[in-house]
Amino acid sequence: MVKHAIPKNVSEALNYLYDGDYKVIAGGTDLMIQKRNTAELPPNFNSNILYAFNLEELKYVIKEKHQLRIGSMTSLETLLHHPDVPQLLKDVIMEMASPGIRNMATLAGNIANASPAGDSLVVLYLMDAIVVLSSIYQNRYLPIEKIITGPRKTVIQSNELIKEIIIPNHVVTQTSWVKVGGRQADAISKVSFAGAITIEDDRVVDLRIALGAIYKNVVRDRNIEKLYRQETIAHLKDEVQNVLSHYKDIISPIDDQRSTKDYRFKVALNLIEDFINKL
Amino acid sequence: MSIKFKLNNKDIELNLDPSMRFLDVLRNHLNLTGSKEGCGEGECGACAILLDGHIVHSCILPLANVFGREIITIEGFKETKRYQVLADAMLEEGGSQCGICTPGMMIAAESLLSQNSKPTDEEIRIGISGNLCRCTGYNMIVKAIKTASKKGDGLW
Repeated sequence: MVKHAIPKNVSEALNYLYDGDYKVIAGGTDLMIQKRNTAELPPNFNSNILYAFNLEELKYVIKEKHQLRIGSMTSLETLLHHPDVPQLLKDVIMEMASPGIRNMATLAGNIANASPAGDSLVVLYLMDAIVVLSSIYQNRYLPIEKIITGPRKTVIQSNELIKEIIIPNHVVTQTSWVKVGGRQADAISKVSFAGAITIEDDRVVDLRIALGAIYKNVVRDRNIEKLYRQETIAHLKDEVQNVLSHYKDIISPIDDQRSTKDYRFKVALNLIEDFINKL
Repeated sequence: MSIKFKLNNKDIELNLDPSMRFLDVLRNHLNLTGSKEGCGEGECGACAILLDGHIVHSCILPLANVFGREIITIEGFKETKRYQVLADAMLEEGGSQCGICTPGMMIAAESLLSQNSKPTDEEIRIGISGNLCRCTGYNMIVKAIKTASKKGDGLW
């Protein structure tokens, strides 16, 4: 028999997670579909479920000097309208699902779900987001790329709850978000691209590129990005084929019901090329 | 486990499996059949309801997540002046044909107008982007919401 827990506060939630084998559900916008049952029956959950969506303590956006702290149960729609949320993250959220889903969906759900096509993950990788995992013992602060280890795989322990997402301040000259999907609303990405560049005196100070739905994890390679620091923008543009050849080696898309690997491969490279050409 | 919430301004307490889809709770246990099931996966908006005034899709909403919250369904919304203005505008502009999407569209419109009483066409299209209609082609619905926003001036 599956047990259900609706904790009143975070400390009660952490005790449940410590005591029993509970899976955490936030807005449920993915899990309720993944576990969908035949008509009119409750979903097929095969583990105990802890409902975290109504933990009011975890609904906040706090701007600090060097970072933005987002409570894990803050809905995407709240973030979309919050004055302190970076525009790039808003650009991504705007193209995620629809208002009715965004009112329930959370960044934490996207992280725990660890889908290679999770749109918010692409920009969380780009912004060096830190995820705070809480248990009764401690808080662990892990960079997003250390949390997700593969499709639907994370290092989140069964006694841990995603408590907060921290986004360090990032001064940028230009950002870009492109989602390639079947329609504007409610689409799951075929390919997604996020780019950010900081330019000073016509030279690259910081270049960041992240790609989604193109590999088992979000692709972001700091070593490639570092190669182009201090280059002039003109030189970066001259080098664009060189940049692409680096990314060719590290992306490895798949065929599925939404798209093909050839299409994804080509479009991903086109998006990088387009980003650099438009600087 | 007992789950308490407010539904259409009444206090409700239910002892049901907390993982149940809220849509099934509404239709099968509370006899509120205004919210429809279309796709069953959050894409079509026929099951839309208001949770604390904001649109959500009840077909992917577990009952547990309404604990302590306020829900308004199309049946509750029907008791308001705003509903009447919207319904009249839908009639006037031909925004409803077969009717299956209409309750969800009305909820989406209310959710939008309550946050933004004078939306642009683009904002209306975003507001109803999670609601599918296979009859009207959307233009009449967009017009209806625009008309409601004008005629219901001061209501939202």
